[in-house]
Amino acid sequence: MAVINRPGQPPLWKRRSTVQDLLVWLGWLAAVALTVACFQFISERTIWAFVWDAPRQGADLVGRMFPPAWGYADQLWKPLWDTINIATLGTALAVLLGVPLAFLAAHNTTPSVVFVRPLALFIIVASRSINSLIWALILVIILGPGVLAGILAIALRSLGFIGKLLYEAIEEIDRTQVEALESTGANPAQVLSWAIVPQVMPAFAGITVFRWDINIREATVLGLVGAGGIGMQLEASINTLAWPQVTTIFLLILATVAVSEWLSARVRHAII
Amino acid sequence: MSATTFDAAAAARRWRPPPLIASPLLRYAVYLGALAYALLALGSIEVNWTRAAEGLDRAAAFLSGFFPPDFVTKWEDIQEGLLESVTMTIVSTAAGILLSLPIALGAARNLAPLPVYLFCRAIIAISRTFQEVIIAIIFVAMVGFGPLAGMLTLAFATLGFMAKLLAEDIEDIERAQAEAVRATGAGWFSWIAWSVLPQVKPRLIGLSAYRLDINFRESAVLGLVGAGGIGDTLNTAFDRYEFGTAAAVLLIIIAIVLACEYASGMIRRWVQ
Amino acid sequence: MAEPLLVLTGLTKRYPTGDLALDGVDLAVPRGQVMALIGPSGAGKSTLIRCVNRLVEPTAGSVRLEGQELTRLSRAALRRARRRMGMIFQEYALVERLSVMENVLSGRLGYVGFWQAWFRRFPRRDIEQAFRLLDRVGLAHMADKRADALSGGQRQRVGILRALMQEPALLLVDEPTASLDPKTSRQIMRLIVELCEERGLAAIINIHDVGLAQEFARRIVGLRAGRIVFDGPPEALDAAVLTAIYGEEDWSRTIRRSDQEEDMAEAAA
Ligand SMILES: Nc1ncnc2c1ncn2[C@@H]1O[C@H](COP(=O)(O)OP(=O)(O)OP(=O)(O)O)[C@@H](O)[C@H]1O
Ligand SMILES: [Mg+2]
Repeated sequence: MAVINRPGQPPLWKRRSTVQDLLVWLGWLAAVALTVACFQFISERTIWAFVWDAPRQGADLVGRMFPPAWGYADQLWKPLWDTINIATLGTALAVLLGVPLAFLAAHNTTPSVVFVRPLALFIIVASRSINSLIWALILVIILGPGVLAGILAIALRSLGFIGKLLYEAIEEIDRTQVEALESTGANPAQVLSWAIVPQVMPAFAGITVFRWDINIREATVLGLVGAGGIGMQLEASINTLAWPQVTTIFLLILATVAVSEWLSARVRHAII
Repeated sequence: MSATTFDAAAAARRWRPPPLIASPLLRYAVYLGALAYALLALGSIEVNWTRAAEGLDRAAAFLSGFFPPDFVTKWEDIQEGLLESVTMTIVSTAAGILLSLPIALGAARNLAPLPVYLFCRAIIAISRTFQEVIIAIIFVAMVGFGPLAGMLTLAFATLGFMAKLLAEDIEDIERAQAEAVRATGAGWFSWIAWSVLPQVKPRLIGLSAYRLDINFRESAVLGLVGAGGIGDTLNTAFDRYEFGTAAAVLLIIIAIVLACEYASGMIRRWVQ
Repeated sequence: MAEPLLVLTGLTKRYPTGDLALDGVDLAVPRGQVMALIGPSGAGKSTLIRCVNRLVEPTAGSVRLEGQELTRLSRAALRRARRRMGMIFQEYALVERLSVMENVLSGRLGYVGFWQAWFRRFPRRDIEQAFRLLDRVGLAHMADKRADALSGGQRQRVGILRALMQEPALLLVDEPTASLDPKTSRQIMRLIVELCEERGLAAIINIHDVGLAQEFARRIVGLRAGRIVFDGPPEALDAAVLTAIYGEEDWSRTIRRSDQEEDMAEAAA
C-alpha cells in the first residue's frame, strides 16, 4: 500500500505503488511464459495423433472395463488383507522409528543442536523426499518381492512424515509446564514423559491416524513393483489386458479407501 | 476446610492412575483387538529368508553406489528425466490450480445447485481416492507413453487436492458473510471477485507452493508406469543394476525437494 | 549464629541481549520468613527468583541455600537441591492434560525413579499426603479431573500443592495472583501464608499488588532496575519509599493504613 502525495491535491491512495504494480505484472508474465515454455517442452515429446485419438481410446477402454468381473473379487481378499497390513504395520514401524527421531530433531529436546539435530533433520528430509514406491523398488531388489518389502517401504517413507510433523509439534509446546517440572527437581527423562509427552499426545495421535489413512492409498500401488498387496493383482491384470478385473480392483480400492477415511475421521474425532 | 473428616489413607488406597481409555470394557476390547490383529498380521507375512539373505550382497552393491554416486555416465538421461519432471511439475500445478477454482466453487454447498455440487464432489473424491500412479496408468492407456500422461495425472491430483480445501474455505466464508454482502445488493460474480477471492488468496498461494513441492516428488515415480519424468531414468538404472546412477538420481531428488521446501517456506512466510 | 536459609551475595544477571536484569543483589532470607518482592515491571523480580533455582543461570554472585552453594552445582546435584525449593507460577504452569492428582504428585518426581514415575507407582505415603493436601484446600473430590477443567483459583491451589509435595524449605512464588480476581487473590495469598506458617517455610513472593503485599508479608523488599532500594517491614512502606521504588505518583490511596482497616472492621461489626 502506498500514499502518493500530490502538491495542492489530497493524497492519492492506491493499493500498491506503481513500481510494485509493475513488478507484480512482470512476475505474472514470467510465470505464464515459464508455463508455456514448459508445456512446449512436453508437447515436443508427445505424439499428438495418439492424444487426438484419446476420447475414442477412452471410450474403448471404458467399454472394455465394464461390466466388472465380480467373480474375480474372490481372489482379491488375501491381497486386500495384505494391503491393509502393509499400511498398518508400516505405520506402526514408522511410529517406532519416527518418534525418537522427532525428539532428536526438535530444538528443545535434542541432545545436541550441532551434531544430532542436523543428522536427524537429514534423515527426515531423505525419508520424505523419496516416494514409498521408490523405497519399494529399492527394497524389492534387496529383499525380493513380497509384503515385507512393502511394509518397510511404507515405514521408510512415513517415518520422515511423522518425524517432521511431530518435531514441529514438540517445538510448539508450552515452555512453562516444562520449567515447572524442572523446578521440582525432576530429571530430564521424567520431564520428557510428564511435561512434554502429554502436551504432544493429541498431535501425535492425529498425525499417526492421518498418515495411516494416506498409507492405505499408497499401499494399493506398491504391488506394481512387487512389494505385495493388491497392486500385484493390478499389475498382473493390466499386463494381461484383463480390464474387467482391473475395474473390480478399482472398485475394491475405492471402497477400502472410503472405509479407511471414515474410520480415521472417527478416530480423530474421538481423540480431539 | 471440609466439614466431615476425610480419610486420606482410604482415598490413597483406592486411587489408581487414570487409564488412557476411561471405559474398562472398551479398553480391554481395544487392547485385545490390537493384540489379535498384530498376531494375525505378523503371522501372515511370508518372508523368503534365503532370498533375503542373498539380498545382503545387493544391499551392499546398492549402498556402494553412493560412494561415489555416478553423475557422469548417464548424464544425458538424467538431464532429460529431470527436465521432464520439472516441466511436468510446473504445467500440472498451474493447470490443476486453474481448474480447481471452478470445481471448488461448484463443490461449495449453498453455492452451487445440487447436480453441479454432486458432480464436482465426485471428481474430487475420485482424484483423492486413487493413488497418482493408478491415475497415471489410465492416462498412459489413453494418451500414450510420455510426459503428457504424467502432466495430466498430476494436474488431476492437484485439482482434487486444491478444490477440496478451497471448497471448505469458501463454505466457511459463505456462512460468515452471506448476509452482509447480499445486503449490499452485490451480484454473484462480484461477490466472488470482491469477497471470496481476496480471502482465499493467501491460502491459495501457500497451498500452491506446497503442491508444487508434492508434484515434483510425485513426478519422480510416475516414470515407473511410463508417464515420463526422472522416475523413468531411475527405474531404468535399477533394472540394469546401475546403482551409481540410481544413487545420483536419488541425491538429486533429495536436493531439489530440499530446495523446494526451503523456497515454499519462504513463499508462505512472505504471503502471510 | 546459624546461617539464614537463603543468602544471595552480589547476584548479577546480564541476559545475552545485554539487559542487566540484576545488579549485585545482596539478600538474606531466614527460615520461616514470608517476604514480598515488589518493584515495577522489568525490575528483575522474576529474574531474581529464577536465579535462585537456576531456571536462569546467574552471571555472577553466589546463591546459598541451607549453607550449600547452588551456582556451582552439577546438574544432578542441582536437581537434588531444587527439591528444597518449590516454585509457584503466575499462569499456574500445570500440565494441562494430566489429572489434578498427577499434577500434585509431580512434586515428588525428584524423589522417585523414572519407571516408578512412568507407571505412577508412587509410595502410598506420597499419595496419602497428596490427598490430605487436596482435602486441606477443598479439592479432594477433584483428584481425577483433568487440570484444564479447573478454574484459575483451583489451578493455583494445585500449583501450590505441587510445590508443597516437594517438602521444600523455601517457596519461590512469581505473581501468584496476577491472573485471579480480587477475592480469589486474597484467598490464595492467605493460603500460601498459612501453609508457610504451619510448616515453617520461607517464601519469596513477587507481587504487584502493594496492598496485598503489606497485608500478608512480614518483610517487603523493593527492587528497581535490578537493585534493592527498600528492605523493611510493611509498616515502613510510605509514599517516599514507593516513589523510590516505582517513581513519582500519588500514593495516598495505595497504602494500606491499619487505622483504616480498624474502621472497616468496626463498621462491619
Ligand atoms: N529471557 C530474557 N532474555 C532477555 N532479556 C530478558 C529475559 N527475561 C527478562 N529479560 C529482561 O530482564 C529485565 C528484568 O525482567 P524480569 O522479567 O525479571 O522483570 P520483572 O520484574 O519480573 O517484570 P514483571 O513485573 O513485568 O514480571 C527486563 O529488562 C527484561 O527485558
Ligand atoms: Mg515477572
